[in-house]
Amino acid sequence: MFDIYLLEAAINGILLGGVLALLALGLNLIFGVIDVVWICYAELIMMGMYGMFYMVSVFHVPFLIAALLTIVLVAAMGVVLHLLVIAPLLNAAPINQLLATGGVLAFLQALATVMFGIDFRNLGIRLPVIEVSDMYISYARLLAFGTALAAMVAVYLFLSRTYTGTAIRAIAQDRQIMPLMGVDTRRIYLVTSAIGGGLAGLAACLLVLQYDVHPFIGLTFGPITFMICVLGGLGNMIGGFVAAFVFAEIISVAGLYMDLEWGYVFAFVFFIVMMFIRPRGLLARRQ
Amino acid sequence: MTNRVLPWIVGAVLIALPFVYSAPYPMHLMVVVLIWSFAYTSWSVMGRFGLVSLGHGGFFGVGAYSTALLWNYYHLSPFLGIPIAMVLAVTLAIVVTYPCSRFRITGHYFALVTLALSAIVQQVATASRNITGGSLGYTPERAQGGGHILAFQFTDKLTWYFIALGVWAVGLFVRWRVDHSMIAYALEAIAEDEDAAGAAGVNVTSEKLKITALSAAMTAFAGGMYCQYQMFISPDTVSGINVSLQMVFAAVVGGIYVLPGPTVGAIITILLAEGLRIFFGTGALGWDNLVYGTLLVLFIIFLPQGLVGAAWTRLTGARRTA
Repeated sequence: MFDIYLLEAAINGILLGGVLALLALGLNLIFGVIDVVWICYAELIMMGMYGMFYMVSVFHVPFLIAALLTIVLVAAMGVVLHLLVIAPLLNAAPINQLLATGGVLAFLQALATVMFGIDFRNLGIRLPVIEVSDMYISYARLLAFGTALAAMVAVYLFLSRTYTGTAIRAIAQDRQIMPLMGVDTRRIYLVTSAIGGGLAGLAACLLVLQYDVHPFIGLTFGPITFMICVLGGLGNMIGGFVAAFVFAEIISVAGLYMDLEWGYVFAFVFFIVMMFIRPRGLLARRQ
Repeated sequence: MTNRVLPWIVGAVLIALPFVYSAPYPMHLMVVVLIWSFAYTSWSVMGRFGLVSLGHGGFFGVGAYSTALLWNYYHLSPFLGIPIAMVLAVTLAIVVTYPCSRFRITGHYFALVTLALSAIVQQVATASRNITGGSLGYTPERAQGGGHILAFQFTDKLTWYFIALGVWAVGLFVRWRVDHSMIAYALEAIAEDEDAAGAAGVNVTSEKLKITALSAAMTAFAGGMYCQYQMFISPDTVSGINVSLQMVFAAVVGGIYVLPGPTVGAIITILLAEGLRIFFGTGALGWDNLVYGTLLVLFIIFLPQGLVGAAWTRLTGARRTA
């Protein structure tokens, strides 16, 4: 029996997976290099989405220029976050770093509430829906998927082909030795924070086409992004990539048969079950 | 000497307080502070051993929702409902913590796995809207005639004040007992170095499970009490990441290594929120969290022992811990 709705859900799952993989990539990069989990990562995306909303809908900046500005803006927020919160805590207990970014999460949510109010806002841009043999595939999702993949390839090339990229990977492998080899870790940390923030900004540009913005939108993406990263093995970028698609398929297919929230519930339960089976991540080697 | 006398003096003052002054609003604030102090203390029971859980929002939600649902659907008195809710929370805690501890999921990983737990509880409460009312919230049915002992519903604040005071005192006593028991030494050893503790004969998994179960049960109890007192719960106010972070925040501000720390944290956070609300009116939406978030970051950077912890160190001149 062939079910066209199931196929549609599966395809939408793959498209969602692309965006989730982009989110996970930014978080994994930061964890792998700086060894810090930005609990507030999704809130950076939320700020980026507000940036897009105000630039495009209120000040009528052309979409692409607004997108570039947003990426730069969120990258700058990433750098500021690193300088103000993470840098003073680099030698503190890891859990303190996690809690401090938890404080930033509360701060950014509240800042958005105070500055922008709790109304749901959207760009008012409705991209067409493509119809392929009775299946409806949103153009916005397709665009998000394509851009996310392109961004991931770009990050991969940057990490593997450039001097700075090599230094970043080297630090992720051995934090103690690299300073002795003459690498300025502080500069590398700043570059990594900027890239991580930039990826959040890019994700914001893509998500704002599909979702309304409100101060608590981060709670929709945040938990799922952490789970993807942990499921793939924190800091393991390929693992995160695979896990993103697994998660997206569960959410999308389960959402077909029940409410969307149950899709999330299943994904979370799957996550906890997987932690029993592969505690160090999907692709981790067994010890 | 002061250590022995002080708790009794504080206790006597708190018991005598409502006979001197019992305006409804301050009484309400006291009850809320006491209930949350108990919840924060429950978190700190395990949090102080480096087991930072972000799943307590889940345990609190299980406590609140189970109690309310059992009462409305099966007319089961909260006197039975709350213990059942505690058993459920403990089961949930063990299901998650056992593999975590078997597979050495600690630190970051532990926080993120438990974060998933509180997200699950919140999503389930929202998604099963036919039963729980979803994000619109849920109200336990009122027993006939307002206050009713079997229904664990009381209309006057004074009764609630004494109940909350008693529960809070028991909470502090439990934490004090834990801090002065063998299990505290074992858990401190585990927090320092799991391998070394295991080699020295500490059963790492069993110790972690015991403390987590205790902490989850207490938190579920707090959730049930909160539900009975407020008579209204919603997925966002009793479960989820924000509730978890709120617990961690208050405990950290007060100081997780000292007994009165979480209580002081609750006083500060709740008075701050109420103060801002009175000062700004409805325009205060968000301001309290703005201040919380900033304070949490500042405390973790500059004063990781918390207010009471720092004051204690200053007073006793003890060497810095933590």
